[in-house]
Amino acid sequence: MHNFITYYLGTGVLSSLLSSLLPILFVFGYALVAMYLELKISAHMQDRLGPMRTGKWHGWAQPLADVVKLLQKEDTIPTAADKPLYILAPLLVFMGSYAAYAAIPFSPAYIGADINLGVFYIIAVSAIVVLGILMAGWSSDNKWSLLGAMRTAAQLVSYEIPSSLAVLSVVMVAGSLNLNDVCSAQTGWFWNWFIFGKFPFLFITFVIYFIASLAETNRSPFDIPEAESELVAGYHTEYSGMRFAFFYLAEYANMFTVAAIAAVLFFGGWNSPFGTFMSGPIWGAFWLITKGMVLVLVQMWLRWTLPRFRVDQLMYLSWKILTPFALADLVAVGLWTVLR
Amino acid sequence: MAELHTEEMVLNMGPQHPSTHGVLRVELVVDGEVVVDAIPHIGYLHRCFEKHAEAMNYQQVVPYCDRMDYVTSMNNDHAYVLAVEKLLNIQVPERVEYIRVIMAELQRIVSHLVAIGTYGLDIGAFTPFLYCFRDREMVLDLFETTCGARLLYNYMWPGGLSHDIPADFVEKTKIFVKQFPKTVKELNDLLSYNEIFVKRTANVGVLPADVAINYAASGPVLRGSGVKWDLRKDAPYSVYPKFDFDVVVGTGEMGTLGDCWDRYMVRVREMEQSLRIIEQAIDKIPEGNVQAAIPKRIRPPVGEVYVRSEAPRGELGYYIISDGSQNPFRVKGRAPSFVHIGLLPEISRGYLIADMIAIIGSIDIVLGDCDR
Repeated sequence: MHNFITYYLGTGVLSSLLSSLLPILFVFGYALVAMYLELKISAHMQDRLGPMRTGKWHGWAQPLADVVKLLQKEDTIPTAADKPLYILAPLLVFMGSYAAYAAIPFSPAYIGADINLGVFYIIAVSAIVVLGILMAGWSSDNKWSLLGAMRTAAQLVSYEIPSSLAVLSVVMVAGSLNLNDVCSAQTGWFWNWFIFGKFPFLFITFVIYFIASLAETNRSPFDIPEAESELVAGYHTEYSGMRFAFFYLAEYANMFTVAAIAAVLFFGGWNSPFGTFMSGPIWGAFWLITKGMVLVLVQMWLRWTLPRFRVDQLMYLSWKILTPFALADLVAVGLWTVLR
Repeated sequence: MAELHTEEMVLNMGPQHPSTHGVLRVELVVDGEVVVDAIPHIGYLHRCFEKHAEAMNYQQVVPYCDRMDYVTSMNNDHAYVLAVEKLLNIQVPERVEYIRVIMAELQRIVSHLVAIGTYGLDIGAFTPFLYCFRDREMVLDLFETTCGARLLYNYMWPGGLSHDIPADFVEKTKIFVKQFPKTVKELNDLLSYNEIFVKRTANVGVLPADVAINYAASGPVLRGSGVKWDLRKDAPYSVYPKFDFDVVVGTGEMGTLGDCWDRYMVRVREMEQSLRIIEQAIDKIPEGNVQAAIPKRIRPPVGEVYVRSEAPRGELGYYIISDGSQNPFRVKGRAPSFVHIGLLPEISRGYLIADMIAIIGSIDIVLGDCDR
């Protein structure tokens, strides 16, 4: 199927611009919805009501109010901060998260950049985030920030290994690194999804990927870099106003990125669960976003339930449990694929 | 390769830090993330309780006692009024004693709920905190119907109580007693036996029994190390001897005896014991007047007295000297938090910064109690 933007607008500057701006509209909209959901879900899990007044109906305007508040806030830069790095860091973090959206196949008819190395590209650009966080921690000239940044670097680098290995297993089954091809390989009813493929190996792969992705997005129980009870606010302790908001936005953007990748790799991506029923370009976008949001909700659910790991326990989990299992899984899936 | 040059970093934790439970400042010497030394600095909440007490008469000191450990106001008052009554050498009616014990045990549950909830928060679990505060609210409502205040009650007076309990107090307390075990179970499922929580707290901040005794630790901190010592049993006061309850001690079932998990679990199990006491007492409250006839102005005979009681955080004692006038000559409070804060360097060396939070939370200090 054709990319609808290039189909209508050709391959000129206009279509490139539109292709690159569409996801940002989605990210802003999604971040507002996710913020609202997080407020409400956490509230209801905790026997509270959450915001009820802003915007009259169940506090629906609370995220908007929060954004306006953040926009109005004074932007402070510590005198001792390394200014260029300090200013660049939030942009780099957001850029890393946002760049991944280019390769997410939102619908059979829309993908920002239909590159053959889609998965590889996403893993690579996500790694830029580490750089931004390290810069933020270092340039703030705050000991808490520095500790937070060091933790993040260690954590993200460690967890990239099990998650990449998990992704590799799926790539072997699908035979392509192109995410659109991965989706196409799962067409049909939901039992064609890779999560049920090569049972139970790909299911284990999914569990490994999901745990590792929680760590990569700094979500609980792996929110050690910003563990508010230990490191105040971790690497973004000194940030305020819009710069802080960018870290926040990047976190939410990241949550959806990993959820969308999981949806593509394991849950059929833009495929409808019911064969050809409710499938097509527009339903495709609906299914991918729905699947992604369900996984985002699971992330939130875990966040409000579990306590936080300690740094060394986190490393233990990555290197001694997830990585060996991911490797064994990779071998098993590989053998199954070859010996079929 | 030449050895990499590293140096230790001094890190100021607090006084404005999210999990130092108020305004404690801990000077941490860290090697990477490993704590080499921890030096607590106190005094940010010093309010001259002892000096204030010298300038007013005996009844007027009670509101100041409320503000010592603001999480356990009833227990503070209880110890103070016991001391004044001992100085005056008077006996209060049985009804007063019963109500005081019920209030003190309800307050113990509230205090432990706060301790457990914020401990969960320290470890990173947000939800148990709100469950704890939901049930704390029920007890605070009970206090509010009784004396109008929700935090600082000024309820126990020398020689009696400020108000009698309202008509529906007994019934409402019974409802609370009935539903509270469900919360404890919920807490245990969600937090106490959670794999991550156990991993974070077991074998961390181990306090051996002999060290605990040498530092004069008391309350859950001492009992967490396996020492069976509870002033309600070992130096009984008020009507505690009439009730049947167990002294909970740490067992080391998840790790080493005296680790953070033990101290935490002692609090959870103590709440159940407090419930037992309330259950026994609530039906037996005798009839009578709650304001025994003592004169408005009390002038205790010249002398001195030390009375100690089992507050939720440990041994709370008051040392009062009377010079025969209507103002106390000297009031000294022996606060458990102050004693326990001295333990901090002893039990935190060699652990990680993240453990430091777990350790501070597990000795459950209230800075108002510590600084007074």
